[in-house]
Amino acid sequence: MAERSFAKEVQKLKQGQGDTFSGEGILAITKALLENGVGYVGGYQGSPISHLMDVLADAEEILSELGVHFEASASEATATAMLAASVHYPIRGAVTYKSVVGTNVASDALSNLASGGVTGGALIIVGEDYGEGSSIMQERTYAFAMKSQVWMLDPRPNLPAIVKAVGDGFELSEISNTPVMLQVGIRSCHVHGNFEAADNKRPPMTVSDALEKPARQLDRIVLPPATYLHEEEKLTKRLPAAKKFIIEKEINERFGKPDAKVGLILQGGTYNTVIRALNRLGLADLYGDTDMDMLVLNCIYPLVDSQIMDFCEGKDAILVIEEGHPNYVEQQIAHMLYKGGKSVTLEGKGKLPMGGEYTGQVMVDGIGAFLTEHAPSLLPVAKVVTNEEPVAIPDLSKTLPARPPGFCTGCPERPIFAATKLVEEELGEHHISSDIGCHLFSIMPPFDLGATTMGYGLGPASAAAFHNENPNGRRSISFVGDGGFWHNGLTSSVGNAVFNKSDNVIVIVDNFYSAATGGQDILSSRATNKTKQTQSSIVDACKGMGVKWIRQIDHTYDVTKVRDTLKEALTTEERGPKVIVASSECMLNKQRRVKPELAKAAKDGKRVVRPRFGVDEDICTGDHACMRLSGCPSLSVKDTGDPLRDDPVAAIDQTCVGCGNCGEVADAAVLCPSFFQAEIVSNPSTGERRRAKRNQKIISWLQGRRDAKRVAFA
Amino acid sequence: MNVQNKPIIARRSAGPDGEKIITLAALAVGGQGGGVLTNWIVAVAEANGFRAQSTSVAGVAQRTGATIYYVEMCRDTGRAPIFSLSPSIGDVDILMASELMEGGRAIMRGFVTPGRTTLIASTHRIAAISEKTTPGDGRIDGAEVIAAMGIAADKVVAFDMETVAKEAGSVISSSLLGALAGSGSLPFSRESFEDIIRKSGRGVEASLRAFGDAYEIAKGTKAAPLPKETTTVELPTLHIPEKLKSKWSALESRVQALPEAVQEMTALGVRKVVDYQDVDYGADYLTMVEKVAALDTAPYDLSIAAAKYCSRALCYDDILRVADIKTRASRLERVKNEVVVKDDQVLMVTEYFHPRFEEFATTLPRPLGKWLQNRKSLETLYSKYFDKGRRVRTDSLGGFLTLWAVSSLRPYRRGLLRHASEMAHVDAWFKTVLDVAQNDPELAAEVLTNYRLIKGYSDTHVRGMSKFARVMGALDLLQGRKDAADWMRRLRVAALDDVKGDALDGALATVKSFAG
Repeated sequence: MAERSFAKEVQKLKQGQGDTFSGEGILAITKALLENGVGYVGGYQGSPISHLMDVLADAEEILSELGVHFEASASEATATAMLAASVHYPIRGAVTYKSVVGTNVASDALSNLASGGVTGGALIIVGEDYGEGSSIMQERTYAFAMKSQVWMLDPRPNLPAIVKAVGDGFELSEISNTPVMLQVGIRSCHVHGNFEAADNKRPPMTVSDALEKPARQLDRIVLPPATYLHEEEKLTKRLPAAKKFIIEKEINERFGKPDAKVGLILQGGTYNTVIRALNRLGLADLYGDTDMDMLVLNCIYPLVDSQIMDFCEGKDAILVIEEGHPNYVEQQIAHMLYKGGKSVTLEGKGKLPMGGEYTGQVMVDGIGAFLTEHAPSLLPVAKVVTNEEPVAIPDLSKTLPARPPGFCTGCPERPIFAATKLVEEELGEHHISSDIGCHLFSIMPPFDLGATTMGYGLGPASAAAFHNENPNGRRSISFVGDGGFWHNGLTSSVGNAVFNKSDNVIVIVDNFYSAATGGQDILSSRATNKTKQTQSSIVDACKGMGVKWIRQIDHTYDVTKVRDTLKEALTTEERGPKVIVASSECMLNKQRRVKPELAKAAKDGKRVVRPRFGVDEDICTGDHACMRLSGCPSLSVKDTGDPLRDDPVAAIDQTCVGCGNCGEVADAAVLCPSFFQAEIVSNPSTGERRRAKRNQKIISWLQGRRDAKRVAFA
Repeated sequence: MNVQNKPIIARRSAGPDGEKIITLAALAVGGQGGGVLTNWIVAVAEANGFRAQSTSVAGVAQRTGATIYYVEMCRDTGRAPIFSLSPSIGDVDILMASELMEGGRAIMRGFVTPGRTTLIASTHRIAAISEKTTPGDGRIDGAEVIAAMGIAADKVVAFDMETVAKEAGSVISSSLLGALAGSGSLPFSRESFEDIIRKSGRGVEASLRAFGDAYEIAKGTKAAPLPKETTTVELPTLHIPEKLKSKWSALESRVQALPEAVQEMTALGVRKVVDYQDVDYGADYLTMVEKVAALDTAPYDLSIAAAKYCSRALCYDDILRVADIKTRASRLERVKNEVVVKDDQVLMVTEYFHPRFEEFATTLPRPLGKWLQNRKSLETLYSKYFDKGRRVRTDSLGGFLTLWAVSSLRPYRRGLLRHASEMAHVDAWFKTVLDVAQNDPELAAEVLTNYRLIKGYSDTHVRGMSKFARVMGALDLLQGRKDAADWMRRLRVAALDDVKGDALDGALATVKSFAG
């Protein structure tokens, strides 16, 4: 069950000619796939295209009605390999994943797919997680397109343009027998807008049809000597075909006055920001009407030399606006101009920053600097001369606290890292390898655990070099999530550790979902899923790989148990990798699942227990040791209002879900007895009610008796 | 970062028809419902004949980091405006911040521009992790941020929208929307906002209440909720049985006899001490305060410190105290209020304890405890079989009676081993205070305040004792110096906010370097 349900929104996918579709970017892309007669779809979740996978999963019924096959792929490599169905058959296929991390995983399949080429249109929708707020390393997908010779679209970021790019992409792919990447930025995926819908199309050939009538063309199979021919075909047939298509179909757009002395060449994805910058410089209105000559590259690879040369003709200077590093587009244009003996001044990186996101201010500054130098007369006087005195705004950078992301309220992974902290307090610090997933928040305060992250499912693999000559010496600890485990970890990490007789400790953090990407089901999910087989055991899989020392912890909130198990793994005499599978359900997903159930049960008069934690503020001494082992959003500090006390005390707010971590940590770390668990019972049984009443009576009597004999606060 | 220093005056231009784009950014802490808020705003805009576009960065299940939502809107003229996908420095018309520091962050990032931006910010605080993990008080004072708001924004609408929402039984997205509508920064009527809330279909009544309250406050037709600091804290009432009334009044008159400046703190202190043990203990406390007051002169800062920290020193945290508090009637009432228990519901309360051998032995009569402390074999035995977490259900008779039994040892506390060691420690400290006070009352006040370092249970307590000892160890080096009090304060601050003690080591080294 994914974090967000699109069950209602996917009904919009049924819209046809004459309807105006309104919704998010990802939903629009899905609709475009159906309008273009896609035959099969696959992918792997990850921001910013997680929701695209969720949309597809929720739309499975609509897809199958049209004869479209959908798969939640095991990894990006699987997804890309899936496009093999378009190699010999005229079937359109689309896959989606996060770039560049997904593209890295996919690159083996991508090379093979690109070499042999395709018959049916093959579209790879890559969600580009670049710039501010990104959760990954900053690289460009562009290099993959160049090295594998696949084409890359980067449409203007509005729904009609994105929808059009899907259709163009399929056509381009078919005409040039080449897979096509469609790049969408993180904000384009979540942009809310409209476009005119068209009718959905059944694929002319379905994957079932293909199975019934198998076909193969020897020259599309990647094996020498065909591979040499592929290379030649890429250069002599596919590339020219693509360039011809780009020109004839006017994929790239020209705006502004064509005879201007200066011009801008930009990636489609940056169009809106560029227009806003021009608007703020007084050179474009809010509808994008401008005199500035602009070539908008909705296809950023390949570039068509003639088009670029034509644009530069008669110009004094051009500015290439290309986000990210290296500046591949600018380099190619420079190469074209030099070879063509042109004298137009080429500007790009330098006027604009070498790296980083091209935000609004960056664009204003860059274009402003370009125009100031090459066409100062264009800039309105009011933009460069001011008599406004700048207002000195106080510098708050020293005051504001950082707000790093952390585990959610009630997260089952928090106690695992609290336990790790406690083990380190006892046994000293260890080398810890982390992995990709929510558990990576362990690197942040208050845990500050983990030294490297090398890729999805590669946590234990990245500890592979750490072989201790002393068999009783210190071992490394590595973490991998259940998502990473199934994606890649089982073979690359666990299998590798077994095969190489590693003595290190591997902790598999199992929260029943691919949680960080929005709670999609995976092989070991505990829920039953109509279209997927779940409930495969991680422990069995590890045993199958040959792991001998393995422990399953079914309740990660038992900090003492996690601590003791980890300690045992670090100190046992037994050889070979020590694997701990620490399992408890992702609290976000659990709450989403359980809350409505409990509310309904309570309404129906059934006995329902709601747990919550609290702190006795008279007992709390304000040391906050509990928070240094927790970081729970619902556990915070508050004033007592007592002039006799200096420090704020711990307090738990209404958002507490009663996971138990506070009490367990206080117990395992022997902190303080101020925590209590309150369980509120709705619809208690008659016996329970009577017992509670009787106990209360006796307790009150005892309290009254005591108070009669002493001075105390009532 | 600061747009004001940029050479280019980059203001948005209107369309040929005079139409303008309105830009709105919302900065929220993950999990605050920023998505709901943006959807509402888009819906209101569209209902009023505007085109609107919203974007956000979502997808990772991170619930505590700062996130930005962004909306642009423009009157629908039949042509599609080119909307930007993210907020730009100096280009935001309306900035909404759902927490005080996030409002500050918006200013720091240049999203609040003088002469342009209406800043709508909730002034409540959600403590960041660094503020929570400091052993002392790590919270950041918001005054600087509030001051910056006044300078940076064109118009400020700032009040505690979290409290407004809570009091209406709703969540902050409703009160933020109300503040937005009430600020008048969007050309939409109150009714059109309310219609959208009604259409959302969930918790409509509560949302409308929160919206309405926030709307009125933003308009200025209703008072904002008072900040917590200015509301007076209600002191618990001291219950005095008839038999003990005269004894208690004797204490009260002794408080009255103290210099006026010291009376308030001493009155609080004596109540705390008596509540902790008994009236005689209160008399002991007053003797301590009186001794210090005798050496003190106006403005009596030293005596006030004595009133505060002597009460703290006498009321050390032990099992008896914990058991006493957990079995009080007032405590049960507080828990009930805190977790919201209705009349037809039953409350179960589980306490988390982990008594070690140390706590067990020190809760015994002094000779027995001493004897036991020297028996390593018994300690091993205890650690093996008894040193584990205990869950005690205080709503059940068995659990309650267990704690009740422990709490009823209170009259015998003076005979327990723990009391002997605590009092030895207190006496030594208090003697030092009196000695120091002869020559340097300011330093003596700092020595009193050092007792703040001792807090907590088990390891935390041990760590506090050791910090205290190390800070006090510098006394000999400092005594006689003019700046002794200031250095003593610095040492304590270093010790207080530092878990590992690195900062304290550094501070001590500095003291040694000039005093050694």
